[in-house]
Amino acid sequence: MKIKLQIKRFNPEKDRAPWWGKYEVDVEPNDRLLDALHEVKWRQDGTLAFRRSCAHGVCGSDAMKINGRNRLACKELVRNLSRTIVVEPLMGFRVLKDLIVDMEPFFKKYRQIHPYLVNEDPEEPGRERLQTPAERSRFEDTTKCILCAACTTACPSFWTNPDYVGPASIVQAHRFIFDSRDRAGAERLHILNESEGVWRCRTVFNCAEACPRGIDVPKAIAEVKRALVFKKI
Amino acid sequence: MEAGADWSVESGGRPMPEGGLELYAWIFMRLSGVALLFLALGHMVLMHILNSVEVIDYDFVARRYASVLWRTYDFLMLFLAMLHGVNGARTILADVVTHPGRRFLFQSILFTVGAVFLVLGALVIFTFQPV
Ligand code: FES
Repeated sequence: MKIKLQIKRFNPEKDRAPWWGKYEVDVEPNDRLLDALHEVKWRQDGTLAFRRSCAHGVCGSDAMKINGRNRLACKELVRNLSRTIVVEPLMGFRVLKDLIVDMEPFFKKYRQIHPYLVNEDPEEPGRERLQTPAERSRFEDTTKCILCAACTTACPSFWTNPDYVGPASIVQAHRFIFDSRDRAGAERLHILNESEGVWRCRTVFNCAEACPRGIDVPKAIAEVKRALVFKKI
Repeated sequence: MEAGADWSVESGGRPMPEGGLELYAWIFMRLSGVALLFLALGHMVLMHILNSVEVIDYDFVARRYASVLWRTYDFLMLFLAMLHGVNGARTILADVVTHPGRRFLFQSILFTVGAVFLVLGALVIFTFQPV
């Protein structure tokens, strides 16, 4: 099966402006877009740059704009896409090269919400911190995040205001705020209550559509807002 | 101490946030939005369905404003609508205008215009005397 790829190329060291690279590749219908990109890079144009690692939708490296939607290249089968596939880097970040964007601002915000379990209570020797299935299910959905940035870079609030903490960080904060073993929920809520925090969310719902893990991102954000409004976790 | 407060202290954190401008602004938008919906519907039914523009003249307004109820109704609508609108525009400005100086300028204009209209409207509502 022959498909055409139209890839937004940009090398800031050489190019004055981004340009469209057009490629024709022969693929199997069950190949993923990632395989098509490999086909280009390995056989046609080795200068094409993109990130990928696990190739199985787990590491979150290869989020990109595919036919206008944020998707993981390793999860999209070419047969479900159009004959000409338009591939662009994620929006809202500086392009380092081709499909590779500078994710540092993204991870900086991620680190700001303390994305780790905080609990200074002395542990009972030989006992784990136990949790009931109900307690666990409160944050089950948000444990699925792979930090691919598809949601944050689909968010118009983030496009216009790069200081906005963004849906991904709120999802990650949610994962710990509602964890019964964690003790820093209030601290995280303080951070998200700042002016560039959760209130910048305008419930646009782009993030829900973008998440490759099917996380209900607006719901997680709403739960954080509710925790702030009713002062209850 | 509240449950929320004491366990956060253990981790060196702060107690649950109690307020903050953006939090209150967000709640205000929800509450005033619902209130305005009913106020505006009432206003529309009264002024445009039960009465029409042909009947509404100076005497109509004068009669209406003889009662404190309608003055309060109108003032409530004016007050909520102005704050709701100005706050909505404020968040849009915060989204779109990133330059701090320019944001300050636009916000100043917005707040000034909003305040002027609010004061003008309130002045009419409270000082209106039929002639
Ligand atoms: S390469 Fe790891 S998620 Fe796609």
